Amino acid sequence: MQNRGNWEMLSEKFIERLIWLCGISSILFVFGIFFFVFREGAGFLFDGFNAKEFFTSIEWYPTSQNHVRYGALALIAGTFSVTLVSMAIAVPFGLGAAIYISEFCSPKVKEVLKITIELLAAIPSVVWGFIGLTIMNQLIIELFNAPIGLTVLNGGLILALMSVPIIVSIGEDALKAVPDSYREASLALGATRWQTIYRVLLPAAKNGLLAAALLGVGRAVGETMAVLMATGHSIRIPTSLLEPVRTLTATIAAELGEAPMHSEHYQVLFIIGILLFTITFVVNLVADLAVRGIRNQAS
Amino acid sequence: MTVLLCGAISLTGCARKSDEQRRSKSGKAVIQNTGSDTMVNLAQAWAEEYATVDSTVSVEVSGGGSGTGIAALINGTVDIANCSRKIEPDERKRAEENTGKTPDEFVVAYDALAVFVSKQNPLSEISLSQLAEIYGENGSITKWSQLGITGMKRDEIIVINRQSNSGTYHYFREAVLGKKRDFRLGTYDMHGSKDVVEVVARTPGAIGFSGMGYATHDVKMLRICVSEADSAFLPNIQNALSGKYPIARPLLMYTIGEPTPVIKNYLDWIFSKHGQKIVALNGYIPLTADAHLGNHFSEGR
Repeated sequence: MQNRGNWEMLSEKFIERLIWLCGISSILFVFGIFFFVFREGAGFLFDGFNAKEFFTSIEWYPTSQNHVRYGALALIAGTFSVTLVSMAIAVPFGLGAAIYISEFCSPKVKEVLKITIELLAAIPSVVWGFIGLTIMNQLIIELFNAPIGLTVLNGGLILALMSVPIIVSIGEDALKAVPDSYREASLALGATRWQTIYRVLLPAAKNGLLAAALLGVGRAVGETMAVLMATGHSIRIPTSLLEPVRTLTATIAAELGEAPMHSEHYQVLFIIGILLFTITFVVNLVADLAVRGIRNQAS
Repeated sequence: MTVLLCGAISLTGCARKSDEQRRSKSGKAVIQNTGSDTMVNLAQAWAEEYATVDSTVSVEVSGGGSGTGIAALINGTVDIANCSRKIEPDERKRAEENTGKTPDEFVVAYDALAVFVSKQNPLSEISLSQLAEIYGENGSITKWSQLGITGMKRDEIIVINRQSNSGTYHYFREAVLGKKRDFRLGTYDMHGSKDVVEVVARTPGAIGFSGMGYATHDVKMLRICVSEADSAFLPNIQNALSGKYPIARPLLMYTIGEPTPVIKNYLDWIFSKHGQKIVALNGYIPLTADAHLGNHFSEGR
């Protein structure tokens, strides 16, 4: 009897440890990834890397025969412009869809909508890129009388479609988390449905909705293949929606294959990786703080 | 499951093991073949045809660009690297340092680099110096009217380029811009030859280039001359081999060190009549055509 008790205690401890490891593993993975990305770029980062050129010059000539230059300003501007445009489209549409799904539609419509929106998330990014390259390119040329349709607008629209599912599903969760008593109280006071939403539900769920939008931003910043194909992959600082850009992610995707291991070019691409990691880390941190905001409010 | 395991073993093990060790359980020797985007369709066609010739060998082809192939060669993770440009001395040195063996070079076909515009564009010929001014850093030509083309809906020239690991990009830079000049900033850098053709076909004001095997009926190939005073020629077998078409190049395969028997058999088959017929079917110029017209490709290109 005694023996069996010991055995159970031991196995319980073991299972506890195992579950602890599962829980903690994501932290290990994230730090592991950061460590390896940083290690690949570190050699050049501390020895010969010209940060001033990197952040202020638009001249990106990694394979020039006579004068190699690593100016990433245009790439940074490209990433931000595409993200900004996609969020300007995706946030209103995503949150609108979330409000409709959680507050207005019947359960049957809700099921259909949720499945369809999740289907949007399941389309591979290279398919989105191909749609941008062929269909959207021609549409933009015809609609806007533009010289070419591979533009910030094209990339922004495609990224918007890609980040809408995230915004909808997290936004809907945030709205669902608002207790029904709030809705009932508001209606009891004679408010209309719409008044209830924008005076009661939106303020109550605002942190969750902000988190939804920021996770959408993270998706847009990190997307690679679609922007590589749809934005024209052209090094310049855009001055209008109808100009092409090149993003940080697309540059890594297009050039890492070529760069010989541990050459300067290879290491600079990893420095871009560090920069991207930092950007998404900050975005996720803000999103996380926002989500924590809801919990504190709820309790 | 076993099949998956075999595949995994043969994939991971190929860097250092010989052909004999690399045989998977089904008894097939595997040849890894990576590189040039220009050559990927051709290499795929060879690989598929070779499966019917020698069923004991399986050739695995992937693209990614000449730079990718050379990088894999330097890292020793590939048996044959496809390349649409010559290996740089620096890359050769790194490959020797890394693997202890010298890369071996084989010319397997020829390609004329086609320059094309949209079908709606009335332009039909262009000179190398005009191309250099369109594509080069601080180039002076940015409008179609500067080439004497009027009646375009938009006058701006949309310059379609390739990403920098492309052998086609390197070859074009060397042959058109000269060794020292860079491409202008702000060109549209497509990820592959297919994307270039796709965009040029759908964009009235665009100009682009790729291997002639990728040209389709949706784009218009330009006749090319060295300078405006000369006569211009279309990219085709005769003009490329006679040297009249100025931007033609060999397509190459590199192995690390002397090819092993399995790889040598494959290369010999590629050089054979059968293998070279596939070159012509894919829109490139077979080596056998060269024999009739004198070999002007062999040096200096």
